Amino acid sequence: MKSAVVVFPGSNCDRDAATALEQLTGQKPHMAWHQDTTLPDVDLIVLPGGFAYGDYLRCGAMAAQSPIMRDVKKKADEGTAVLGICNGFQVLTETGLLPGALIRNADLKFVCRSVALEVEETQSVFTRAYNKGERVLFPVAHGEGNYVADEETLDRLEQEGRVAFRYAPGDNPNGSARNIAGILSEKRNVLGLMPHPERVCDPLLGGTDGAALFKSLIETLS
Amino acid sequence: MTDTITPQVVREHGLSDAEYAKVKLLLGREPNLVELGIFSVMWSEHCSYKSTRAHLRTLPTKAPWVLQGPGENAGVIDIGDGDAAIFKMESHNHPSFIEPYQGAATGVGGIMRDVFTMGARPIAMMNALRFGEPDHPKTRHLVSGVVSGIGGYGNCMGVPTVGGEVNFHRSYNGNILVNAMCVGLARTDNIFLSAAKGAGNPVVYVGSKTGRDGIHGATMASAEFNEDSEEKRPTVQVGDPFTEKLLLEACLELMATDAIIAIQDMGAAGLTSSSAEMADKGGSGIELDLDRVPQRETNMTAYDMMLSESQERMLAVLKPGREAEAERIFKKWELDFAVIGRTTDTGRLVVKHHGKVVADIPVPALSDEAPVYQRPFDRATPRADAVVIDEKRSVTQSLLTLMATPDLCSRRWIWEQYDQTVMNDTVQRPGGDAAVVRVHGTKKALAITTDVTPRYCKADPFEGAKQAVAEAYRNLSAVGARPLAITDNLNFGNPEKPEIMGEIVAGIDGIGEAARALDFPVISGNCSLYNETNGEAILPTPAIGGVGLMKNVDRMATVAFKRDGDAIILIGETKGHLGQSIYLREIEGREEGNAPPVDLAAEKRNGTFVRGLIEDGKLDTVHDVSDGGLLTAIAEMAIGGGIGAMLYANTKSIPQLFGEDQGRYLIAIPKAEVDMLLFSARDARIPAALIGHTGGDKLSVEGAGAAATIADLRRTHESWFPRFMRGEEIPPTN
Repeated sequence: MKSAVVVFPGSNCDRDAATALEQLTGQKPHMAWHQDTTLPDVDLIVLPGGFAYGDYLRCGAMAAQSPIMRDVKKKADEGTAVLGICNGFQVLTETGLLPGALIRNADLKFVCRSVALEVEETQSVFTRAYNKGERVLFPVAHGEGNYVADEETLDRLEQEGRVAFRYAPGDNPNGSARNIAGILSEKRNVLGLMPHPERVCDPLLGGTDGAALFKSLIETLS
Repeated sequence: MTDTITPQVVREHGLSDAEYAKVKLLLGREPNLVELGIFSVMWSEHCSYKSTRAHLRTLPTKAPWVLQGPGENAGVIDIGDGDAAIFKMESHNHPSFIEPYQGAATGVGGIMRDVFTMGARPIAMMNALRFGEPDHPKTRHLVSGVVSGIGGYGNCMGVPTVGGEVNFHRSYNGNILVNAMCVGLARTDNIFLSAAKGAGNPVVYVGSKTGRDGIHGATMASAEFNEDSEEKRPTVQVGDPFTEKLLLEACLELMATDAIIAIQDMGAAGLTSSSAEMADKGGSGIELDLDRVPQRETNMTAYDMMLSESQERMLAVLKPGREAEAERIFKKWELDFAVIGRTTDTGRLVVKHHGKVVADIPVPALSDEAPVYQRPFDRATPRADAVVIDEKRSVTQSLLTLMATPDLCSRRWIWEQYDQTVMNDTVQRPGGDAAVVRVHGTKKALAITTDVTPRYCKADPFEGAKQAVAEAYRNLSAVGARPLAITDNLNFGNPEKPEIMGEIVAGIDGIGEAARALDFPVISGNCSLYNETNGEAILPTPAIGGVGLMKNVDRMATVAFKRDGDAIILIGETKGHLGQSIYLREIEGREEGNAPPVDLAAEKRNGTFVRGLIEDGKLDTVHDVSDGGLLTAIAEMAIGGGIGAMLYANTKSIPQLFGEDQGRYLIAIPKAEVDMLLFSARDARIPAALIGHTGGDKLSVEGAGAAATIADLRRTHESWFPRFMRGEEIPPTN
């Protein structure tokens, strides 16, 4: 599986994503600079966590206007898998690749801790190595992860089986609508999620529950 | 402000009459206002260490593994395989009291720059925080602002904040302490220093533009506070972590080339101190042209620019001809880059503005010739009052009370606002004895801790300072790391008062004695004096940041109990010292007695023994015994593992359960290994006693009444901080 990680000024989980990809695929991902206009031919594009452009406007709003994002959109439309983690998820909603928006956490504080998630959809290149309903522990680390969308959109996401991950009942860290932690695009080739799967791929760091997400991708895309 | 130098103007610049006379002597004339401003900041306590320099020279700073001791932006130690750890702790106390969010944020930003200016990528942050009484009207606002400021900056930088310490005491009501520590990683053959050697080399300015923010911050940090101090809000700088993140990446990219001769961050006293210090270390001169300085505001004067403490800026001296290459890198990261001067062989700092020379000062006048004071000091006799307690109090009730006191309760409310796991190398998060961060791509790890017990330092500044170093040593040993070096952040009151100067001198002596005995040299540090408001000094608070090395991170200990039926063994000697203990303060309501004495030889013996067991893979559960004594340590181990414990009757007295004797560790091992362990302890002359075993869901002490459930302990331990921050009425603790 060939992959690329997009680096915006202010990205800070780009190295973590690259390390996880390299450990699990044996191949170094291509690191794409935000001002590049085209990505190489890859099977997976990762938009990493961080504070692109300082998130001084709305989170992800400036990054969504980067030159590289035109090619990310084009490749996503053509079916390339795109994974947006944390700030990457915010960039995906700002570009319109995913519906809804991510606003300030309900308690207005940044939150970093492990949260229990339920894998709701296994019918995707990102989640097929999980069992439906499986509980996993992923860390979150964000100040603006509170997912919102209008009722119609939320209903539609649920009806179409596009809610990939939900916070387990009682463990919603940010007030997210319907406990949504991660959603899929209509064609199911784009996943955005607030928790960090790349931080739980090494037993020494507190778990390996995230490895199955990358394993799903490798099995499908290699 | 007028341009005429009157005695009033001199006083406003914090210079004494004698100091001003010395300025005139060194210049051979009256200074102009720009020059006066430059002298004022360079001779401030904050920049010149004029009260402490003579004493700081006595600290041990060398060891075979120390590559760079005090005097540079940060200290450097060799951690093998060509890797170096670079670290320092620094205070941002005064600004954080005036404007907690920005004060704390820029404290974090400043210490990170100190570390990455030396060529290191920051890999971990720690914070030692002291606030006033919880029910003081400002405390909640300050806690909230400081914590979000630290998080706001560190989280955006993508550097994990992995631990620290927090105390509450009324002596900090008007003067909180915010000490931030940064640890970075570099290669031993690619470390950058600040000596601007050679003449004719370009001096370049990189990072953010210069504004009028923070003018005279260093001078403010060198004076006492009074009611009007909040009017100093304009002297607090505003942080921009996004720009700092770009500056970090750009500097590291430039450092991968060989274009840099010297580099230094612009921290306190900005352009003035960076240029003067670089010229001083390089034995050169520097000529600056302020017209070329990137400016955020219009009509800035030379005075403004030389004294601005705008953040996220660096000054570097490049090899001639490498400017274009460097500029390309900084432009890529969308940062300002300007050649603003050159090095000279004149030994003078010459500043030009609008084509005119606005300052011309011999560099040594700002460094070597800066005043050094042997201030009179009065070392008080340590307290020796007897401690009497009510022996009949319920142990369980006292434990539940203690677990919910401000100084012992869980700090989860704080650390969950910090990204602790970014960079994917955090092996032990906050809540243990020391944080553990892996050296990326290796099996090695660094253990990091910050420690000091200010109430001990008040009772006996010498023993208290020893204790701070010893506790850092113990916390690193408790996770299985070999303690290598420390950074010290000396927070005290007004050194012009002999009794405060006595605390400073005794504190430095105590640190020195412990550092020598434990092979734990001081490689960097910072002094923050004048921590007084309306004449009331803080408790003496010499915070110690310690770093240790773990060769194999798979062999590590944590505090949590791991198995039912493990034997619990106490290493070290227990005499039941209750003087200055948390128990005495919180349960009996008295701050009395002397600090616990520290036997440094025993510290070393016990630490080496415990560390050896961890390194040999024989031990995975260890907790040092400190604040709150034996029983609170056991409670923390039980809460951590969700496993209860039964303590035998040999520990049941209150002094044994809650005394704060030093040099002690609790360990838990399978019962089958107890005989072997006790035998080897005896062999090494280490006091070791079997005091209980793990199991069940309660914590009980034989013969001491009802047990506490782990669930209750956890609930009470976790509840205080969130309730306090929500502003709920909290019942008195005793």
